[in-house]
Amino acid sequence: MFGEMTYLDNAASTRLDEKVLEAMKPYYFETYAVATSEFGYSMGIDAKEGLQEAREMIARSIAASAEEIVFTSGDTESSNMAIKGVAQALQDKKGKHIIISKIEDFSVLNTAKMMEKQGFNVSFINVDSEGILDLEELKNTITDETILVSIQHANQEIGTLQNIEAIAKICKEKDLVMHTDATHSYMRVPIDVTKIPVDLITISAHTIHGPRGIGALYIREGTPINKWMDGGFQEANRRAGLENIPAAVGFAKAVELVTAEETEKLASLRDYTIKRAEEEIPHVTLNGSRDQRLPQNANITFHYVEGESMTLHLDMRGFAVSTGSACFSRSLEASHVIMGIGGDHERAHGSIRFTFGRYNSKEDVDAVMDSIKDIVAQLRAISPLYDSN
Amino acid sequence: MKFPYSEKVLEHFKNPKNVGKIEEADGKGMEGSPACGDMVAVYLDVNEETMIIEDAKFESYGCASNIATASIITEMAKGKTLEEAKKITWKEATEELGGLPPVKAHCSVLAVEGLRAAIRDYEEKHGLITENEPTTVDVVRSRLKHVMNPMAGLDIIRTELVSKIEVNDGVVRILIDLPSTHQFAAAIKEDTLEKIESLWDVKEVNIVFTE
Repeated sequence: MFGEMTYLDNAASTRLDEKVLEAMKPYYFETYAVATSEFGYSMGIDAKEGLQEAREMIARSIAASAEEIVFTSGDTESSNMAIKGVAQALQDKKGKHIIISKIEDFSVLNTAKMMEKQGFNVSFINVDSEGILDLEELKNTITDETILVSIQHANQEIGTLQNIEAIAKICKEKDLVMHTDATHSYMRVPIDVTKIPVDLITISAHTIHGPRGIGALYIREGTPINKWMDGGFQEANRRAGLENIPAAVGFAKAVELVTAEETEKLASLRDYTIKRAEEEIPHVTLNGSRDQRLPQNANITFHYVEGESMTLHLDMRGFAVSTGSACFSRSLEASHVIMGIGGDHERAHGSIRFTFGRYNSKEDVDAVMDSIKDIVAQLRAISPLYDSN
Repeated sequence: MKFPYSEKVLEHFKNPKNVGKIEEADGKGMEGSPACGDMVAVYLDVNEETMIIEDAKFESYGCASNIATASIITEMAKGKTLEEAKKITWKEATEELGGLPPVKAHCSVLAVEGLRAAIRDYEEKHGLITENEPTTVDVVRSRLKHVMNPMAGLDIIRTELVSKIEVNDGVVRILIDLPSTHQFAAAIKEDTLEKIESLWDVKEVNIVFTE
C-alpha cells in the first residue's frame, strides 16, 4: 500500500531489515523458551546463550563489557531507568540536584520534570543558536548537591552533536554521574567508553533498522543506580521483566549490519539535501550545526511557509518527512528544540526534518527536493508575508 | 493514503479558491501574527449601493485547515451583503468543509475572523458603525483572545498569561504574567497594543509586565 512512499523520517523509526527478521525467527519458533540457568533445560540454556551473544555484540559496539549492558524495552525506558535509578541511589547520600539540557528528548525532559515534582532540583542548561551546549554554564551550575548530568549525544530534531567527551570530563572532575541519550547517534557516531568517561548510555534498536520494543542501557561498572521497576531478578537483578530474547537477537543483528560506508552514504545524502535547498530555494535556514551534525539529519526552515501545509503536500506526492511546526503536533506546541536554539515560532513554523536511512538513495533526495521547490513556491505565492519582505 | 481531513478540505487545500490580494481593496482584515503561527489576510471589494461583496480574496501563512477555511469562507461570502456575511459562523464554514479535526479549530477560526476583520474595516472606513459599544473588561478580554502567546501557539487569554485587566475612563491597564526581559515580551506588547489601541473610546493603554 505504501510501496510508492519515499520514507525520509528515519529519526522517528526505521524500516526493519529483512536479515534482522531472519535472525529473530528461530527465537520465536525454535528456541522460544525463556532464558534459564545452566541447570535448566536445553532450550532455555540455548535461549540464554542467544541473549548473551546479543549482549556481547552490543557491548563490543561501544567497547564495553557484556555485564555493563542491560536490555530494556527501548530508549524511553533506558533514560527513565538511568535518571530515576541514579536519583534514588544518591538522593540521601549526596543531594537532589540534576542537570539536563533544554533540548533533550521528551524521555529525558519529562522524566526530569517528574523528578522536579518529587522534590528534586533540575537545572536546564542553555544551548547556542546551533544547539551546542554552553559548557561554562554547565560548570557554573554544578553544586555540591548535584548528583547527575544527563546530556544527549545527538539532538532528535536538529541533529546537533554535543561534545560528550568534554562534558563527561567535567562530570568526572566533579565526581558526578553522567548519562547520555545516544538514541540517534548510536552506530552512526562512534562512542568508545574506554575513552569517554560517561557512566550511562541510552541506546535503541529501532533507529538502526532493528526491531521496536528493545533498547539497552550501558551502565559503567560501579555506577550507583537503583532498580526502579519491581518484579523478577532478570538482567542481573537490574531490570525486572521477561527478557525479550528475539528482539535482543534482532538488535544485535541490526548492530552487525551497520557499516561505516553506509554512514558515509547517509552523510552524503544529508549534504546533498542541504546543498540543493540552499542553492535552489531562496530564504532557507539550516537548523542546527553545520559541522557538529548527525550524518543522517538535515533540518531546514523554508521561510514564509507553514510546515504542516508542506508535509501534507509532500504526503500527497508520496514523501514522509516531519516538521517542528506547532500545527503538526497534537499538542499544538512548537518544537521546544527550535525554541531552545533561540528560534521563534516563525522558525519552527516552516521547519522540515529529513532523516535518512539504509533504504534511501540520491534519487530520493532529488525527487523530494524537486517537489519541495514546487510546493514552497506554491505556498509562498499565497503567503501574506512573502511579497512584503 | 489516509488523512485526518475530509475530501473537501483536501480539495480546498490543494486548489484553494480566491487566492491572492486585491490591490486597493475596499476592506482588508489581517488576523494572527507571524511571530506566533498562522496568519491570514482577507480582502473584499464591496458594492457601495447594494452592500454586496463582489469579490473576496485571501492570503495565508498557515496550515491546511487555515487555507481550506479561508478558501471556503471567501466562497461563501461572495455575493452576500455585509450583514449576511458577518453572520457566517465558524461552525457553518467547517460544516461546509465536511468537518475539521477539533485540534485544528484554532487555525480555522482565524480565517473566519479574517473575514470579519475585513468587514469591520470596510464599515469603519465608510462610517457605518453607528452604535459604538463602550469598552469594558470583557471587550478587552475578547480582543486579547487574538493575541498569541508565541511559547504555546495559543492566545494569551487561553494560556493564562493575562493576570489582570482594568478599564477606567478610557485608560486600559493590562497585567501580563511575564518578566519584561522575556524574549517574547516585546512581541506580545506590540500585538496587544495593536488590538486594543484601535478601540474607539480607548485613550491610553498601559501594559505592565511582572518583574
